[in-house]
Amino acid sequence: MRVRVWGARGSIASPGPDTVRYGGNTSCVEVEGADGTIVILDAGTGIRPLGVRLRDEPRGPIHLMLTHLHVDHLEGLGIFAPIWSADTELHVWGPSSPVSSLEQRVSRYFSPPLFPVHLADVPATVTLHDAPEGSWEVGGLTVTSAPILHVGPTVGYRIEEGGRAMAYVTDHEPAIGADLETAAEEWISGHELAFGVDLLIHDSQYTDEEYPDHIGWGHSSVSHVATFAERAKVERLWLFHHDPMHTDADVDRMVRQVRDRWEVGEERCVGAAEGLEIEV
Amino acid sequence: MTQRSLLLIMARDFASRLATAVFLVDPDGTLVYFNEAAERVLGQPFVEGRSVPAREWSTAFSPEDEHGEPVPLAALPLGVALTERTASHGAIRIVGADGVSRSIEVTAFPLFAHAEECVGAVAIFWENAGH
Repeated sequence: MRVRVWGARGSIASPGPDTVRYGGNTSCVEVEGADGTIVILDAGTGIRPLGVRLRDEPRGPIHLMLTHLHVDHLEGLGIFAPIWSADTELHVWGPSSPVSSLEQRVSRYFSPPLFPVHLADVPATVTLHDAPEGSWEVGGLTVTSAPILHVGPTVGYRIEEGGRAMAYVTDHEPAIGADLETAAEEWISGHELAFGVDLLIHDSQYTDEEYPDHIGWGHSSVSHVATFAERAKVERLWLFHHDPMHTDADVDRMVRQVRDRWEVGEERCVGAAEGLEIEV
Repeated sequence: MTQRSLLLIMARDFASRLATAVFLVDPDGTLVYFNEAAERVLGQPFVEGRSVPAREWSTAFSPEDEHGEPVPLAALPLGVALTERTASHGAIRIVGADGVSRSIEVTAFPLFAHAEECVGAVAIFWENAGH
């Protein structure tokens, strides 16, 4: 499968000269299976240019996997060009809440006064699915979702094809539920999703110095992500969900800190940047 | 190793920060955690990674009712929470692993992640003063 980053910023879009290398668009990652199946992970503002490409090169059903419904992961849905075409079949997967379906929850955002059009009125055929806790097939891809620790209902995804695997575990604060250094693996949020993957895309919003002022906000520090990656025995790590206040130079420093702590080199750990692409 | 339910992970983390005794089981009733406060009441430390089935923990502390009659699993508050999926409260006497007999109050309730998805149950208990 091919994995490409379209937006790696967290919280709010942050374009400008200080963020030009990693990019200012919020969360969006494209996964393309060998058979051409398209899975989109989150609908941050990064989905806008991806939508333009998919509008110009339509290729069957599109599957959008939402990790949760915070705005930086959903705000791009309204400007995702394929939903404005009646020829589009879009399947949206994501977490339900204990009392509301995904459709009810997404519709709250995708309606006035937050958005001018109701979700039910878009031309595309949009089907919303509560992401199951388990695996299902999407084309030739096997997708697994499981709840992870964040603020509110949130899931992570693992996508597998032909014996290779990637995991998308953004907006994740495993340290709130366990001591990552000492806890048994079964007690670490997200561990099973990420275990042994060829590529892990993981939250790394805070420096170790910033984290104490943000405990419980649902994000990881550089030490957390390094420890998590090591304990999950992942092959390669992309740091993701960059804080909007972090410049490219800040992210560079955080990447180096994770490499030092995990004791790996550039070939195994980089910061996710718009346009970054890999064949897993 | 199978990942624990996120709700159990959070419940364990919550329990680990409480000074009130907490006993946590999975949907099958297998003990997965008790906290330090519970260690004092039960008279033994929690052993990481040792899953204790319900039939074992429900008899290990010799629970008795106010008449000195043994209380079976199905009648223990945690047993009720597991089998009937409802909250339950009771007063029982137990003998800790340290050999000390203690009168305790127990409140137990099931943990539902969704309306139909029970991921375990929790018992909160405390020793009655003066016993």
